[in-house]
Amino acid sequence: MNFSFLSEYYVYFIEGAKNTILLAAFTVLLGVMLGIILALMKISRNPILKVISTSYIEFIRGTPLLVQIYIVFFGLPYIGIHIPDVPFLGQDFPRFMAGVIALSLNSGAYVAEIIRAGIQAIDKGQMEAARSLGMSHYMAMRYIILPQAIRNILPALGNEFVVIIKESSIVSVIGISELMFSADTVKGVTFQPFEPLIVVAVIYFVLTFTISRLLGVAERRMRAGD
Amino acid sequence: MIKVTGLDKKFGKLHVLNGIDIDIKKGEVVVVIGPSGSGKSTFLRCLNLLEHPTGGEIVFEGVSITSKHNDINKQRQKMGMVFQQFNLFPHMTVLQNITLAPRKLKKVSEEEANKIALDLLERVGLADKAKSYPGQLSGGQKQRIAIVRALAMSPDVMLFDEPTSALDPEMVGEVLDVMKKLAADGMTMVVVTHEMGFAREVGTRVLFMDGGKIAEEGIPSEIFANPKNPRTKEFLGKVL
Repeated sequence: MNFSFLSEYYVYFIEGAKNTILLAAFTVLLGVMLGIILALMKISRNPILKVISTSYIEFIRGTPLLVQIYIVFFGLPYIGIHIPDVPFLGQDFPRFMAGVIALSLNSGAYVAEIIRAGIQAIDKGQMEAARSLGMSHYMAMRYIILPQAIRNILPALGNEFVVIIKESSIVSVIGISELMFSADTVKGVTFQPFEPLIVVAVIYFVLTFTISRLLGVAERRMRAGD
Repeated sequence: MIKVTGLDKKFGKLHVLNGIDIDIKKGEVVVVIGPSGSGKSTFLRCLNLLEHPTGGEIVFEGVSITSKHNDINKQRQKMGMVFQQFNLFPHMTVLQNITLAPRKLKKVSEEEANKIALDLLERVGLADKAKSYPGQLSGGQKQRIAIVRALAMSPDVMLFDEPTSALDPEMVGEVLDVMKKLAADGMTMVVVTHEMGFAREVGTRVLFMDGGKIAEEGIPSEIFANPKNPRTKEFLGKVL
């Protein structure tokens, strides 16, 4: 194996790693917001909201992410939505945003299920006790159910962050210059099909391993509070 | 204080309560006994609408709480409830458990709420546990805290749903003692229990429920010494 190309092309990998992290960070942020909304819709007593949320989640979970990315990337301009080309951290902004939107739409469905499960795992008696004291449904959720649910949700949510970092590699197909894309680029210019992939695999692993270690520490801290 | 007429509750095809009529007066300690599945707990849970009746009316302090236009959260503040499984909030300290509802619902200041809570904790002998979390307490201590939590809203009536059934035998006494004190202070209470000693000693009226109906009611000395309904006889024969 020959890694001598690194001295010349290492910038590509650094740029790619930076973009992967950015992509994942924005996706987590939007995905969590969407997930909260979908989860609240799904556990609400309004049957219409419930059906909308359930259908959305089922659809997203039942179709490939690759298809969803193409639908967003080619579909948005097709229905007349053009993301303006604003200068943003030196990137191709419309492409980048299409990637973030597609990944968030996808992640939101999974996050919604994580949140719903976290809320529904709280013993029924907690809601009853809160309501029996005279609290409204909203107050009981806010002071009693959600604070306990968040402890269940956070570790799984952290895991979702790791998943997004890995899955974001697929947006290279629409030309976002993230890690996978840089591997392809370097592959093309050096005619070395193998070594650049090893480099990005190692970078992906370092990223996800670091995050899961940090999450482990955070989780232990939270447990210690009990 | 609580007037129940024709109370009916169905879970699907299951007819759990079948026409309950009762008038509970201020200061009474009504003890509800009966075999499991007789509808005792459902009856109690209907009183503060944790279960919604499928028929009949419940009037609490002159307000029909089963009416569609009624905001039950107001009356629930005056009806304390104690559960079999305690249902303390595990993410809060004992003090926070007790003061949350008074502070958020009655807008009592933090100092005032803490003072009330500590006074009540003193009365049940748990003042030293104010800063503990529920997970650090025994079952008996949890249930005494749960009673204090309900009392902190200074309710007009206390509902007890088998408060000692989930306790180890040696802890039953400490919870019953608190309930006895409460009764002696004149609190109106409705108690679903299997503690016949408590029913006999503290109850001012005993309801024997069977098959979703009140099969027999009367003062404890009468019911225990001289049950008229054959089902009551059979039940008491088994448990006494």
